[in-house]
Order: sequence, then structure tokens, then C-alpha cells
Amino acid sequence: MAQPQPQNVFAPWADPAEKPLIRFEGVTKRFGDFVAVDDLNLDIYEREFFALLGPSGCGKTTLMRMLAGFENPSEGNIWIGGQNMKGIPPNRRPVNMMFQSYALFPHLTVWDNIAFGLRREGMDKDRMRVRVDEMLRLSRLEKFAGRKPHQISGGQRQRVALARSLAKAPKLLLLDEPLGALDKKLRQDTQFELMDIQEKTGTTFVIVTHDQEEAMTVASRVAVMDHGKLVQVATPAHIYEAPETVYVADFIGDVNIIEGTVIPAQGNRVDITYAEGKPPIRAATDKTLVPGQRVSFAVRPEKILVSREMATERTNAVKGRIEDIAYLGNISTYHVRLDSGHLVSAQMTNRNRLERREFTWEDEVWLSWTETAGIVLTE
Amino acid sequence: MNPRRLTLILVPYLWLLALFLVPFLIVLKISLSDTAIAIPPYIPKLDLSTGWHGITAFFADLDFENFVFLAEDDLYWKSYLSSLRIASISTLLTLLVGYPIAYGIAQAPEEWRPTLLMLVILPFWTSFLIRVYSWIGIISNEGLLNQALISSGLIAEPIQIMNTTQAVYLGIVYTYLPFMILPIYSALDKMDVSLTEAAIDLGCSRRQAFWLVILPLSRPGVIAGCFLVFIPALGEFVIPSLLGGSDTLMIGKVLWEEFFSNRDWPVASAVAVILLGILVLPIMLFQRNQERQQETDR
Ligand SMILES: Nc1ncnc2c1ncn2[C@@H]1O[C@H](COP(=O)(O)OP(=O)(O)OP(=O)(O)O)[C@@H](O)[C@H]1O
Ligand SMILES: [Mg+2]
Repeated sequence: MAQPQPQNVFAPWADPAEKPLIRFEGVTKRFGDFVAVDDLNLDIYEREFFALLGPSGCGKTTLMRMLAGFENPSEGNIWIGGQNMKGIPPNRRPVNMMFQSYALFPHLTVWDNIAFGLRREGMDKDRMRVRVDEMLRLSRLEKFAGRKPHQISGGQRQRVALARSLAKAPKLLLLDEPLGALDKKLRQDTQFELMDIQEKTGTTFVIVTHDQEEAMTVASRVAVMDHGKLVQVATPAHIYEAPETVYVADFIGDVNIIEGTVIPAQGNRVDITYAEGKPPIRAATDKTLVPGQRVSFAVRPEKILVSREMATERTNAVKGRIEDIAYLGNISTYHVRLDSGHLVSAQMTNRNRLERREFTWEDEVWLSWTETAGIVLTE
Repeated sequence: MNPRRLTLILVPYLWLLALFLVPFLIVLKISLSDTAIAIPPYIPKLDLSTGWHGITAFFADLDFENFVFLAEDDLYWKSYLSSLRIASISTLLTLLVGYPIAYGIAQAPEEWRPTLLMLVILPFWTSFLIRVYSWIGIISNEGLLNQALISSGLIAEPIQIMNTTQAVYLGIVYTYLPFMILPIYSALDKMDVSLTEAAIDLGCSRRQAFWLVILPLSRPGVIAGCFLVFIPALGEFVIPSLLGGSDTLMIGKVLWEEFFSNRDWPVASAVAVILLGILVLPIMLFQRNQERQQETDR
């Protein structure tokens, strides 16, 4: 799940001189008494592929609809390309939206659906034909140009919706759960297609998704939302490896959370006492912690080694008994009950065939990890 | 085919046969007969007691005389034309009034819609005749409308609305409005609101979104509504005779007069048969509209 590209290639958010394409400035949205978006500040930069992630009802769609102009913020300002969007109707914003329901016009052919926005612009016939054909080619829909939306498959419809929203070459494209209706294979194909299109057109994408794997795959940055607030905004790799809160760590990927109290050690290290009479967990951290502070130690399953003998080269080693094994083909997840009573999952790649598996249920094993494998969280 | 399915299919066909085809054949038979002073007032009568001879004699006596008569007397085809014109114009007027109402209901907050629909249907709870009569109380020369206009000083003399074709339009629009509103509303209500938003997002103003997306998509509802108004309006009898006075020529009224005033059942039947002939075309078009809509809904 780690990000393949090196981070120094594209990171406008790290450059203070860079002007953001979108700026949310203290934006609050209320529906009656209910606060859907709560005093939110956020900058999104040109050419970004920005993913919004969060549980249902946390305000993702509301945020998008405010960008598109279908809802007005109750408080605060939204800037797009340096222009305050207050009072600017959706049809005059440099933004297009791909709707979750696709919202294709059923009475128009695929071709006319894609041409719809261009016609409104008053583009001349020849240029429009060229542009629509280009969009058809990009979304591999040439063969279906003459069909009506109800005569094509769900995946094709979704590509029409995408082509239609891209046709006007907007500065900013909003995608609200665009791939929700697709099966896994088609979804992955489309994700790569989206990234490809984004690279070719240079459009800035903001995508809402329920699927954290999708966010990790496509996004330059990920924002995790909860109850109308941003909990953390960072690159996928950063959000995975260095979540700032237990909520984020838990929301993105699998994680073992062990609570304990801190005993500072030398260097940037702490010892975390998590159970009576057991050696503490030693972990590296930049945080300044006071002795006795309650913290959560978070470690991803794939960072934990399962072995028969104690692995002495790793700082942390605990003994336990395998309670359950989830076989996933390429990897297996071992659920191990520690002597202290904690249940910890550890993931190992299956280098041997299933019948030659090293460990089985009820085996006594050692779990070990290095100082830097996990992180110490205070909230 | 299993017996269960057969019964299921048979029931509607028997229904149609008993309530539509048989009465139609009877009317057709009367239209081919001659008028007579008798009970019922026409000959020939089918006399099965004389066997095969009776049947052939009966068929030999049937002829198209009444239809020839209808074609020769210009009263009839003028009435047909006038009915067609009145039905078309009032259908158009009903559409112009009904569409905005249907659109308004579809746009109203979700919790209001059942009440608003209820209000549309509410007039059906009182008798149709009473409702048409009460229009007389409103539009006649001494009626509420003229009284109000005179007392407010806007006019000095009452406006003649009663006994004009305008009064017939008013009556038809009023009576058939729900038949226009309901199918249009159901077409609009089915429509996903995000379609309008998508159109606006792609650069339409609200007005353009209406003309380019909402109106074309509500077309099946508009067509259904127009037929539901046009078909009964064409044969309408009560409204023209109560509100239209002697000036308004409508085939329904002619038919009634032939039947009850002249007691000329054969001519009245011939009028009815031709009326049905005229209606077959719009009914078939209506049917096709419904089928096509079902296809795209799938
Ligand atoms: N028009 C509205 N009136 C009242 N409440 C609303 C309205 N629109 C959204 N809400 C509320 O605001 C909150 C956020 O809604 P939103 O649609 O933004 O959620 P979401 O994050 O997109 O959720 P999901 O992932 O399920 O799509 C929800 O609790 C919702 O009930
Ligand atoms: Mg949503």
C-alpha cells in the first residue's frame, strides 16, 4: 500500500511560495442545528489528486457540494484560483462534478451527453466534434457514441459520466464516490485510468471515497474527516506510517493498539509499560513525553515478525499462542494471544505452500519488532 | 400454458369482451339499422325463431344509410371539426395550467407533496355536475365574478362568459386538470434531482436546465396527460350543454340530441361509431407512448 513515487517529485503543499488552487477558510456548514462541516481550513494545490476519506455522514459530500456551488457555507469563505466563490452560481465556477449517481441525461446519446457542456459554452461545431471524439477515445467509448445511457453497462455509464465532466477541461474536477458501483477488477482498472487521465490533462481532482485502499492508490494527499472536521491531511504513505491519532491509525489499514504508560529512556526512545511483570515496549518517538503519561502504541501487523525462537536481534519480543489464522493467499494474518492477555495480529508473507506452513493453531510463538516499527500516539 | 396463467390472461380479455366489444357491436348494429316507431325505436330486429332465414333477412336489412346521411348533412362534420378544435385547444390550455402546478408540487418540500396531491384530487369528492353548475354561479351575468368586477368599478356592464366557447374551455380545463397534473407530476417526481444539478454544473442556467433536461424528460407524462384530457374532452357533453349554450357545437351534444330529443337511435349510433373511429388513432398513439416509456424505464 505504500506510495511508489518518491515524495520530492510533487509536493506543492510543502512549498510556502506555492499558491493553492482551492482554499477553505474557516468554512462551517449547518443544516438547522446540525453542523455538517465544522470550521474547516484546507488548501488544495493545482494538479493534486486529493482524496477525502471518512465514515458515512462525516460531511464529505457537503464539502464537495460547497465547492461545486450547490450549497453555500454558513460561515467562512471558499477560494478557487484566488477568487472568492461567495455568490457565484455553479454554472459560473471553473469546476465540474461527477455525480455519484452519474446523472447522465437519459434522453441524450453518449455523444450528446459528452457534448452537453461544450454546447452550453457555444463552442463551434468542428472543435466540439474533435473534443468529444477525443473524450470518447480517452474513455474508450468510441463504439458506444450513438447509444443511450440505458443501453450501456454500469461501468460504461460511469466512464461516460467521467468523460462528460472532463470534456470542458475544468480546472477542478470533483468526483463523489465515482467507483462505488463497480466490481473490484473494474474499479482497479478505472483507478489507474483516472490517474492516467489526471496526468494527461493536468486537472486537479478531488475525490470522495469510502475505500481507503482506493485513496491510497490514487491520491497525492489524503484527508481523513470525522464529524465535519479534518483529523489529518497528509500523503498516503505518511498517513499510513505516521498517523497522528489513534482514530486515523485505526481508520487507515489494520493496526494493533496497545495502551500503556511512559518511562522515558535515553535518546528519542521511550519504554511503554503495558502489563504487570512484562518487559516494557521500547519505541522511538520525537514526542516529548512526561513519565507516567498514558499513551497508545500503534504497530501495523506486517511490521511484526512471527518466529518459533526468540528473535534476539529485535528490541521487542513477546511470547504468545496462535489463536486464529486468516489465510489470504499471498499473506497470512496470525492472531496471537499474548501472555498479558492482549490480542495482537501479525502478518507474514506465505513463502511456503500452505501444507508446509510453519505455524498452526495453538502453537507457542514469539512476536518481535524493532524500535522504529510502531509509533507512540497521545490522542 | 398452465391453467393458472390461462385464467390470469382470460380475465382481462373477458372483461374487455363483455364491457367493450359486445356493447360496441350492439351500437354498430344499431347504426346500420333504420329508425322506426317501435320499442326499441329501430328495425330490423334479429328474430332467431325463424332460423337461418331470419338471420340472412336481418343482415340483408342492414345498410350504411345513416353514415351517408351523416356525410351529407354538414351539421355533423362541422360538429366533429368543432369538437376536435375545442378538445385540442382546451388540452393545450390544460397543459399550460397543469404543467406549472405539477412542477410546483414536484419541487415542493417532500412532506408537503402528499397534501398538495390530495388537494388536486379533492374536487373529485363532490359530484361533477354540482361542480359544473357552481361555475354557472360564478361566470353568469349575475354571477360572483361579474358582481365583483362591477362593484369594484372595473367594468360597467357584465361580461358575457356564460354560453360562449370560452366557458366551455374553462369548464374542460377545470374538470380535467387533475388528469393532466398527475401523469406530469409522476414523470417529474421520478426524475433524479442530480440531473438538474448536472445540467447546471455543465453550464446551464436554471431556465436552460428546464428546457434542455426537465421538459424533454417529462415528455411521456405530458403526452399521457394530453391524451387523458383530449380523449374524453372530444366526446364531452355535459360541459358544452351546461356552459356553452346553443352557440357551441360539439359532437357529444349532437349525439345526445339525436338520441333523446329526436329518438333517432340509428343516427346517434352512427355518430358514436364515427367518434370512436376518430379516437382510435390517439388511443393507439397513447398506447405506444406508454409502451415506449416502459421500455426506457427498464
Ligand atoms: N440537505 C440536508 N439537510 C439536512 N442535513 C443534511 C443535508 N445534507 C446533508 N446533511 C447531513 O449532513 C451530514 C453530512 O452529510 P454528507 O452527505 O456530507 O455525508 P458524507 O460524508 O458524504 O456521507 P456518505 O459517506 O454516507 O456519503 C449528514 O449527517 C447528513 O445527514
Ligand atoms: Mg456522500
